[in-house]
Amino acid sequence: MRIILLTSDALLFALLATFILLIFMALRKEHWRRPWKKVLEKPLGLLSLLIVILYFLVALLDSIHFVRALPETTNGALTQYSTQVESVLDNLMAPLGRITEKTYSAPLATKLYTKQSKLLPNGDWVRDYLPLTIITMTHAVPTPTIAACVAQGAVFTLLGMACLISVLLLIMSYRQHSFNQAWQRIFCKKTNFPWYTLLVTLAVLFFLISTTMLLIPYYHVFGTDKVGQDVLYAAIKSIRTGILIGTLTSLVMVPFAVILGMMAGYWGGLIDDIVQYLYTTLSSIPGVLLIAAAILSIQIYITNHPETFTTLNARADIRLLALCFILGITSWTSLCRVLRAETLKLRELDYIQAAKLLGTKDGRILANHILPNIMHIILITVVLDFSVLVLAEAVLTYVGVGVDPSTFSWGNMIDGARLEIAKDPLVWWPLTSAFLFMFVFILAANLLADSVRDAFDPRAED
Amino acid sequence: MFNYLLRRILYAIPVLLGVNIITFLLFFAVNSPDDMARAYLGQKYVTPSAIQLWKSEHGYDVPMFYNEKASGISKVTNTLFFTKSLTLFTFNFGMSDSGRNISYDIRHRMLPSLAIAVPILLLGLLTNITMALLLIFFRQTYVEVGGAILCVILMSISSLFYIIAGQFILAKVFHWVPISGYQSGLDAVKFVILPVIVGVITGIGMGTRWYRTLFLEEQYKDYVRTARAKGLSQQRILLTHVLKNAMIPILTGLVVIIPSLFLGSLLLESFFGIPGLGSYTIDAITRQDFAIVRAMVFLGSVLYIVGLILTDISYTLVDPRVRLGSSQAGS
Repeated sequence: MRIILLTSDALLFALLATFILLIFMALRKEHWRRPWKKVLEKPLGLLSLLIVILYFLVALLDSIHFVRALPETTNGALTQYSTQVESVLDNLMAPLGRITEKTYSAPLATKLYTKQSKLLPNGDWVRDYLPLTIITMTHAVPTPTIAACVAQGAVFTLLGMACLISVLLLIMSYRQHSFNQAWQRIFCKKTNFPWYTLLVTLAVLFFLISTTMLLIPYYHVFGTDKVGQDVLYAAIKSIRTGILIGTLTSLVMVPFAVILGMMAGYWGGLIDDIVQYLYTTLSSIPGVLLIAAAILSIQIYITNHPETFTTLNARADIRLLALCFILGITSWTSLCRVLRAETLKLRELDYIQAAKLLGTKDGRILANHILPNIMHIILITVVLDFSVLVLAEAVLTYVGVGVDPSTFSWGNMIDGARLEIAKDPLVWWPLTSAFLFMFVFILAANLLADSVRDAFDPRAED
Repeated sequence: MFNYLLRRILYAIPVLLGVNIITFLLFFAVNSPDDMARAYLGQKYVTPSAIQLWKSEHGYDVPMFYNEKASGISKVTNTLFFTKSLTLFTFNFGMSDSGRNISYDIRHRMLPSLAIAVPILLLGLLTNITMALLLIFFRQTYVEVGGAILCVILMSISSLFYIIAGQFILAKVFHWVPISGYQSGLDAVKFVILPVIVGVITGIGMGTRWYRTLFLEEQYKDYVRTARAKGLSQQRILLTHVLKNAMIPILTGLVVIIPSLFLGSLLLESFFGIPGLGSYTIDAITRQDFAIVRAMVFLGSVLYIVGLILTDISYTLVDPRVRLGSSQAGS
């Protein structure tokens, strides 16, 4: 087995590491700790944060890629590796990526959705609803009923939650030096922290995940699509794409916007003119068209240089990165404009003037006095833009300038399934699951963005 | 005022030049015309002579920025950058790579685009402002909480969902309107209804929240407190005072996009089969017809800049304190 590090994986890990580091640094400062506490103390904020964290965990599991070693064949030649790149997530959802049916099958069905021809032992052909491969493959073990899986999932959830609560109680009793107080903190609303929301959300998530995991080896929980691919598998694999688009784009956008915006606002003059010219020019190009142009060029570049991008994964990966990059280029302008105006305002304040008089260097003023004071704008914009970007991915992919058609993404799922509503009988599950997974994620991200904005914006109402 | 406008229009020239350079670099620096010809001819028929023929047919057989073989002024004019990019300034869009006259296509496709873009803008504005005013009117009641949550939910649904659900419910289940297509003249109405409804609903979440923030900012200003102290009713304050004063930010958001309405909506037009400029662009993108995409990029940025200038003019009309041209404009 050999670990494969795609460029996007490396960037995602680096980004998350930076983010976690920033959180730890921020936690040491009171004026950063207070707003985060405010986010966590709102039930909706906490709920959405938990869901967003869950999606990020899935994306992380899906970002650890490796190839398997092929079975040893002859006299001690070098170990050969399979060309199939897998991720940890693929192994957790074991049979799903590998088993494909003939065509559509309804959620949790045992037979195909349409009749297929079948050869009987006596030589006749009949048309019948054939049983699914996933059922026939595991027939050595009797397939458990759905009710049994749900019941088992419920039992697991109860056990898991009992463990979690006891651990929590133990830790809190240790810190409070009293079991009674710990109990009251969690169950009697003694603190502002919404313990009930936390526990109920965790229980529901735990139940959903454990039940799905129990069902996965025997059923297609969300059915299969036209080519017999499991819909749940595709929807879950799409999470990584969505998150990459949302996060890597801000990696491009933030440095551009911050550096240029601060420079333009602080020094003014010629630099200001150049920066203003840059963002007026860029924002006057219709965003979709700029993205389309860039993606088309990249695509032609890739087809003309097959030697640079050998595997399908590498091609899809470079196209995804190009998409993030160009999205970043189109979206830094608005943040830059806001930051320029804010720096212009801060520059005139007394403490900056004082720092200047004391002989502080410009670079130091920018980094130590201005940057911390525009940090909240950056944070709010990044969080607010996140959901917009994930939504944009679906639209762009539909238009044909989004991610590579071979990449799992909600846009590709919708694009592939949009003609199915015209079918009779109706095939509703591929579209519904793509929209559902996307909706839950975007809703959570939007709610989180709202709480973050309310907590960090000094002008926020209340 | 005249001086100011002149300056703005002159400033538009370097911006458009910048746009041209960016698109030119994107189209030609990354992919040489050879690459384009190869992509266009497909993998089968690629011979050097076929590529040369395609290039000379489409006018790509000249150098990029500087033509050494030519003499005099045509050293600069007989180049790709001049013939393909700078001629756009005269609004001469030339021929598409598949051999159609782009200006003709644009003229004929403008009307269907406007037919859905204008109703969406007007109806959307009306709905969003009404919703926002209602939310403010019922401030700190369950109506506001419910409305705010509804907005977040509407915002979190992909626009693709609205389109597909709209087509499914209104066209397939109830057969009220055709699923897609277009006819010119009055018959257009029945084809336009569905895209307009979908377009308006798509914008409600984002729009209502945006206008609500605007109104909320006005809500705490002194003149509102004075009006309330005088005993004016809440409706009256909202409709005559707050709405009027919020006009400036509303206009900024609005006037900028009016010229871009000509370009239509990429998504709606291609889903509903409306022969407007949006679907024209999408077709060009999928067919990789760079000439059309280049023309649309240029047209789009011209319209955006026109929008910016119109915004400035509309300021003076709405707010008598704003004088264009003076150095302290607007303060």
